[in-house]
Formats: sequence, structure tokens, C-alpha cells
Amino acid sequence: MEAFQQAIAEQVAEQHRHHGKAQFFWVWGALLAMTAIEVYLTYQNLQPVRMLTILMGLSLVKAALIIGYFMHMKYEISQMKWLTMCALVACLALMMIFFPDALRILSLGVK
Amino acid sequence: MADVTLPHEMPAVYEPSLFGTYSKKIGMWLFLMSDSLTFGALLYAYSYGRLSTPNWPTPFHSESIVNATIMTAFLLTSSLTMVLAVRAAVHGDANAQRLWLLATMACGMGFVLLHGREWSKLIAEGLTLPVFPKLPGQAAAGEFANVAKTVPQFPATFFGLTGMHMLHVTLGVVYLGVVALRRKFIPILLIMWLAAWLGTPSYSPFHYGAHVLLLAAVVCGIVLWLKPKVYDSSDVEVAGLYWHFVDLVWMFIFPLVYLMSAKIL
Repeated sequence: MEAFQQAIAEQVAEQHRHHGKAQFFWVWGALLAMTAIEVYLTYQNLQPVRMLTILMGLSLVKAALIIGYFMHMKYEISQMKWLTMCALVACLALMMIFFPDALRILSLGVK
Repeated sequence: MADVTLPHEMPAVYEPSLFGTYSKKIGMWLFLMSDSLTFGALLYAYSYGRLSTPNWPTPFHSESIVNATIMTAFLLTSSLTMVLAVRAAVHGDANAQRLWLLATMACGMGFVLLHGREWSKLIAEGLTLPVFPKLPGQAAAGEFANVAKTVPQFPATFFGLTGMHMLHVTLGVVYLGVVALRRKFIPILLIMWLAAWLGTPSYSPFHYGAHVLLLAAVVCGIVLWLKPKVYDSSDVEVAGLYWHFVDLVWMFIFPLVYLMSAKIL
């Protein structure tokens, strides 16, 4: 079994050997640039909801770049990509069920 | 990907591997997915607190924002050096692999030190938790003394979320240290523990938190004693997955916790 795992690992390593170094620097630059945009926007006095939407949008793009390039998910088979990412997003989305309750708290209490 | 050629002296028949990759990598992905839910729950708890609290504090001055931005740059750079370490490993360049891993660890330690400084500053200004040791002669009139009393959700979720992330980064540095230096890393880890323990005042939460390094040294010692091995490119790649994950989580903590709570004058 050890030899089998070793053979697969060697095959995966062989695939990684063909990845160019330049793309990692591009991704790194893009991540730093998006971070700079986020910090710049912080001091632009945007409305909180608008600000949150932009920041979370940029964070999702950054997350996609990290998962896709740095974590090599882009090069995995589609079965792995879809199964892992869909399961994760579904579980995280389920947690949003609590947010309406957080807003309801604001309207409670002695008037 | 599922078809793997085995050396012909091994006449065994195996099932195709799950997702066409090796088990360690799948194991790490499963762990990271479960850990995502842990961080997801903490981020949602923070957001819930913020939504339900009208007087949510905005304690982060521009100095804190600059500090957190530098921390973010450290983590992003560490991800680049990590991916270069994986690249060196698959090309069989052991020296470059070790150097890139050490560079990643240096960035990680820079992140933890800056984060520790940020925490210490906030605690000194009165933003604290009941479980933290009391500061000697702590000024009741510190800038955030009231925040801890009137909006206890803020310090609870802030320290919970960022503390959990700091713990992950610290353990990531230890993990990379073991992969890069193996047994030679244990004495270095013990020196780090002593430096962190003796170098922080007894009223600092890091004075007790430093014992995580001692615990890590014991666990790493047992692991390296039970299964001494030379870590190959697959081990470096799996360690890299963990490291990129802590970077990924910070990409949500930084805007949500720091930028959305910046004090704009």
C-alpha cells in the first residue's frame, strides 16, 4: 500500500513540475493589490452595507486565488473540486440561518 | 489520474485512489474542511454580535490598521514562499526547499509577534477578558475600559477569533519547522518556548500561552521518535495546504474584524 501511495504522490509531483513559477508571483501581487484596495476603501467613508459587500466580494476573490493556485485546487480532478467546495459552501451558508435572529434582537426590548 | 503504474515486482491490485490523489492530501483536505467550519462558526458569531449590538465599538486606530495590513502582507508573502518550497520539493532541490520553508516560518513568526503586540496594546488600554490576568494598577480609565463592560461580546468574539487564528499560525510554524529541520527543530522549539515564557510579563496572556510551544515540543518529540523519516515532496505539499489555509482564513478576518471596525476620524 505504501508503494501505491508513493506512486500516486510521484505522479502528482510530476504534474506540479510543469507549473510555472511566474503565475505564483502574479497571484501574490494580485492578493497584495486587493489588500491595498481594501485598506484604501476603509478610509473612503462608504456606507457600512456597501463597504461590507465590497470587502467580502474581494475576500472571496482572494480566497478563490489562494485555493485555486496556492492550494493547487485548480489542477485537481473536477470530482474533487466540486465535491469539496460545494459541501463546504453549503455548510457555511447554512450558518446564515442565525442572522435574521440577530436583526430581530434590535427590535426587542422595552419600548 | 486514477491509473497508476506500479513497479512490476509488486503484483498487487489496488482500488483507484479517491479523487486520484494520495491519502495524506485527502486527509488534510478533510481536516481543513472541518476546520473551515470552526472558523466559519467563529466568524458568524462575531458577525451575529455585531448585527445585534447597535453600539458596536470601532477601536482600531490607523496605527492598528497599518499593523494589521503589515501582518496581512507577512501572511501573503509566507504563502508565496510556501508554494516555492513545494515547487523546490517536487524538483528535488532539498536546500531550496529548506530555505523557503524557513522563510515561510520567519514570515509566520513575524505575523505572530505583530499580532501579540497588537493584543498587548489593546489589553493595556482596557480591552480585556475576565479570564486574562489582571494588569498591575490597570487604569480604569483606559480607552476601552468601558467597551469590555458595556459590549462584552466584542472582546469575547475578537479575542476568541483572532486567538484561534494565532494558535493555528503558531502550530503551522511548528509543523513547518518539523518538516524542514526534523529532530533539530525540537531544541529550537524549546528555546522559543523559554524565550516566550520568560520574555513576557506574568500578567500577559502570552506568559501562559507560551506553554503551547512546550506541549508542541513534547508532541513533536514523540512523533519524531516513533516515526523518524525524511519528509518528501508529498509531506511538504500537505504542510503547504495547512499553511495556505491559515492565510485564507485571515483574508476574511482582516476585513471583517479590523477594516469594518476602523476608527475613522
